[in-house]
Amino acid sequence: MKDLADDHTDRKAWMGLLAKAPAGRVTALLDASGPRPAFTWLRQPEIGSTMVRGRAGATGAPFNLGEMTVTRCALRLETGEVGHAYIQGRRKDDAEAAALVDALMQSPAGATTRAQVIDPLAAERHAAKATRAAKAAATKVDFFTMVRGDD
Amino acid sequence: MQPTALSGGFADPAIAAAHAFRAVMEATARPGTIHEITGAAPPAPLSTAAGTVILTLCDTDTPIYLAGAADCADVRSWIAFHTGAPIAGPTHCMFALGTWDALGPLDTYPKGSSDYPDRSATLIVECDTLTATGATLTGPGIKDSAALSLPETAAFQANARLFPRGLDFVFTCGARLAALPRSTRVT
Repeated sequence: MKDLADDHTDRKAWMGLLAKAPAGRVTALLDASGPRPAFTWLRQPEIGSTMVRGRAGATGAPFNLGEMTVTRCALRLETGEVGHAYIQGRRKDDAEAAALVDALMQSPAGATTRAQVIDPLAAERHAAKATRAAKAAATKVDFFTMVRGDD
Repeated sequence: MQPTALSGGFADPAIAAAHAFRAVMEATARPGTIHEITGAAPPAPLSTAAGTVILTLCDTDTPIYLAGAADCADVRSWIAFHTGAPIAGPTHCMFALGTWDALGPLDTYPKGSSDYPDRSATLIVECDTLTATGATLTGPGIKDSAALSLPETAAFQANARLFPRGLDFVFTCGARLAALPRSTRVT
């Protein structure tokens, strides 16, 4: 498991971006980057639900947070790369696009795909997070204690 | 992960699984009849029929026991990718898969209880030959009598005596399948 974690950090990052991308965004970016490669299905897109588990403070005992809808699929490019997708929501088109991106990222064309799909996604996600954090920061109240007179 | 693990699933899961389920149900309802069943392309040494039954009946809630040569890395990862079924020992399995020699002895498999006879295992037996000759079958679903090339008779007679408890059997050979539920009497 230790080796796996080291080898897959990069892939985990782009899988996470693809899974959390807003509806239609991955499809749009992939189509803008050029024609789609030919592929065969290993697993047709299918919709199911999965239990999301959490830990209080990220260290407590795991508990079931709730179920969420997930679309998944797997495909193989003609060049042999296998792409998987697990994305949130009921979006088979986006699952297909996400699996294609995952496969392309492992192929020799990975650098192009990174520049045209993954980097914009990462930038958008970063911007969205920053906007949200800024909105939250504007409502922040700092509590501080004035010097008390008693000591 | 091996390349064989990812390929060989149903091309159209809903329709292929419905066809396969119908074939398994017909085979169980009329013991001794032989049905064609296709759709899956499992890795060696599994037969097409055995792979199709696994894809149709197994999911994450049904532990599978792989006996003998069937217990190899290719088969394990194929089952993991396509069904998600956990691999278990013979005492805790709901399905068992292997040749007749590898599966025995039958005492170790769960046979259900009088209150819950459904909590028993189904054995998928890989056969070299499968023909409607040999041991005579009588019982529910058989008009007069039927014949099936069973690997032996004593074990199935002992199993039928446990009714309503007991094991159910599916025999597979290539793309063909027959079944022997616990209610069938073998002579």
